[in-house]
Amino acid sequence: MNNTHLTYKKRSHGIIPYVFVSPFIISFLLFFLYPTISTIIMSFQKIAGPGDVSFIGFKNYQNLLNPLFFTALKNTTIYTFWTILVLVPLPIILAVVLNKKTTIGRNVFRSAFFMPALTSVIVAGIFFRYAFGEQETTFINAILGKFGLEPIVWLQQKSTGMFALVVLCTWRWLGVNIVYFISGLQNIPDELYESADIDGANSFHKLMHITLPGLKPVIIYVITISVYGGYAMFAESYTYWGTSNPGGIGLTLVQYIYQTGFNQNDMGFASAIGITLLFIVMVVNIIQLSLFGYFRKEED
Amino acid sequence: MKKSVAFLLILVLTLGIFVAGCGGGKNANQDTATNDPVEQPDTNDKNENSEPAEEDSSPDKEAEVTSLIFWTFQELHKQFIDDAVLTWNEKNPDSPIELVTEVYSYDEMHNKLLIALQSGVGAPDIADIEISKFANYLKGSTPSLVLLNDYIGSDIEYCVQARFDNYAKDGKYYGIDYHVGATVMFYNTEILDQAGVDPKDIVTWDDYVEVGKKVVAETGIPMTTIEITDQWTLYPMISQIGSDIFDSQGNIIIDNEDNIKVLQFLYDMVHKHKIAIPAPGGSHHAEEYFAFMNNGGAASVLMPLWYMGRFVEYMPDLDGKITILPLPAWEEGGYRSAGMGGTGTVVTTQSKHQDLAARFLVFAKVSREGAIKTWTMLGFDPIRWDVWDAPEMSADNKYTDYFGKGIFDMLLEIKDEIHPTNIPEIYPAAIDIIKRDVVFKSIREQSLTPEEALKEAANELARQQ
Repeated sequence: MNNTHLTYKKRSHGIIPYVFVSPFIISFLLFFLYPTISTIIMSFQKIAGPGDVSFIGFKNYQNLLNPLFFTALKNTTIYTFWTILVLVPLPIILAVVLNKKTTIGRNVFRSAFFMPALTSVIVAGIFFRYAFGEQETTFINAILGKFGLEPIVWLQQKSTGMFALVVLCTWRWLGVNIVYFISGLQNIPDELYESADIDGANSFHKLMHITLPGLKPVIIYVITISVYGGYAMFAESYTYWGTSNPGGIGLTLVQYIYQTGFNQNDMGFASAIGITLLFIVMVVNIIQLSLFGYFRKEED
Repeated sequence: MKKSVAFLLILVLTLGIFVAGCGGGKNANQDTATNDPVEQPDTNDKNENSEPAEEDSSPDKEAEVTSLIFWTFQELHKQFIDDAVLTWNEKNPDSPIELVTEVYSYDEMHNKLLIALQSGVGAPDIADIEISKFANYLKGSTPSLVLLNDYIGSDIEYCVQARFDNYAKDGKYYGIDYHVGATVMFYNTEILDQAGVDPKDIVTWDDYVEVGKKVVAETGIPMTTIEITDQWTLYPMISQIGSDIFDSQGNIIIDNEDNIKVLQFLYDMVHKHKIAIPAPGGSHHAEEYFAFMNNGGAASVLMPLWYMGRFVEYMPDLDGKITILPLPAWEEGGYRSAGMGGTGTVVTTQSKHQDLAARFLVFAKVSREGAIKTWTMLGFDPIRWDVWDAPEMSADNKYTDYFGKGIFDMLLEIKDEIHPTNIPEIYPAAIDIIKRDVVFKSIREQSLTPEEALKEAANELARQQ
């Protein structure tokens, strides 16, 4: 009697946890693991049409050695570099300002900065696409005109095209990063600043020796997601240029996947680009994390 | 015991949610065609937020109504096909059709269709495929599209056959176009009058340049604009001169001498004669361009005839100021047009009613009535040239109001001056390269000469082949 009760209890304990995690397990298997595995398989195949599939070894990967892929890789890397360069220091400064109790209207500014993150990329992208139009009357050119500057053809030159992309990204994600950094700032104990005051440190010293080291975990987190975000960028470039990217100035790796996969119906090659992208992002992040000493910390 | 039942229930529920999530898209965005034809134009935005429809449980009618699904990326095509359904049901009371049209955005529709055909489930009965994507669907040994030769039959004699070859593989026709897409020159007569020139005097491209110089000198307005991020300037002119991107065997000839000559000519118009400018916004479909042209920004533009619709819709201020003429020839007596663009409507092999769908499709687009409707409803030049002089073609509509009458008299003049275009499997990649690199690098960026730009394109295509 006692014995059966025990096994029953044991068994019910055994099932319940699985029930609760099953939605996640199932969705992981169905929408993550299965597509990943089938992408890896497809990257070794030539998929000509329905039922017309053949294994071609590493040919898709050999085909990656072409100027377009390198253009896409270069653009994506430059974009990621700039977004990190802008979207780490700028939000830190703003977060410090907004975290000060003396700042007037800081709650208003916090929500105002956060608002763009709630818009859809496509809606925001279309707005910026028109703002960066090449006529004199478009938003950005009209502002330049006020300063007596000539209108610029923004979206048909490499440097200005990249600028437009980074501006859109900054506009959208600035507020989110500010929120991360503010929560990081609030975790830094006030005592540290107080004792620094007693030691006679000025604000710059406090920023360099207390605030930044205190924010390190948040900085690592923000950079890591920025690397993923930067390399996965697609929608911004798509709303600016659609599929006809003049001179490949906005061609990103994901857009290259899209073009080969859907525009040219070469799913095998597109899969190979996707797998390569996965490795690139992993390598970049591992380098970045080890530079910050993230792994060393784990071992301690 | 109870608990394992509960577990099973939860499992079923969870799976149910997933299955529902997967299947939901199928019935969403539907909008029946035959139910309330009168209200059709008003129901357009229904597509965006209509509730997922229930399974088809239409009330029993006398003859069995066959329900077909049609995918398109163009709202106008929906109206055209819906109208054809009404006519069909009148003429074929024994096999009535109920057509469900789903309008998607351009990319979304082509992607969905590609994946549906690739995976073997979920494709519609009938679908529109734009010409620059069509080759994607003919890849592989057995295309998932229904062969249409037998359905078209002898009607093809009255059609511009080059338009069928665009959607063919080994002489088998898989798609039916809406129009010929004869490329013409749209002249702004107000500007030309101001400069004191008559477009009818222009015979060759050299004349065109001379007139252009006069226009620029007199008015300061550029003679024309050139597409940088689209193919509709370079490609028609290449076709007009008798060349192409590929030869009939599918070999790459994009860098041949004729093509270099054409691109060099475009370069000279912009940078040497200074009578042309890159189209604002990069293409003749950019918002910047519509505003620019509507304000009398350029004296003429080269586009296929289907561009009429854009004038009527997006450039209302030019009403009555635009005249349509054949292209200037490369040499006297040379061809004065090119057949450009298009959308092939297909029947998929996943359809359960392939025969009916194919018969309906041919009725809608190849029959005399259908061909006339492509003009009266869509403003297209019908693929069937034997209707071009039908009285309906010169009746008043919004296009004759805007451009004046006699469009089809002009078209009849040039109907035999259109070279066929060759569309092998790698065609989508070629169009991508023209849109991305060729004109941009040679004319806008000037980082390559026209010859280098075309050579680079040829090398890139060869690599992809």
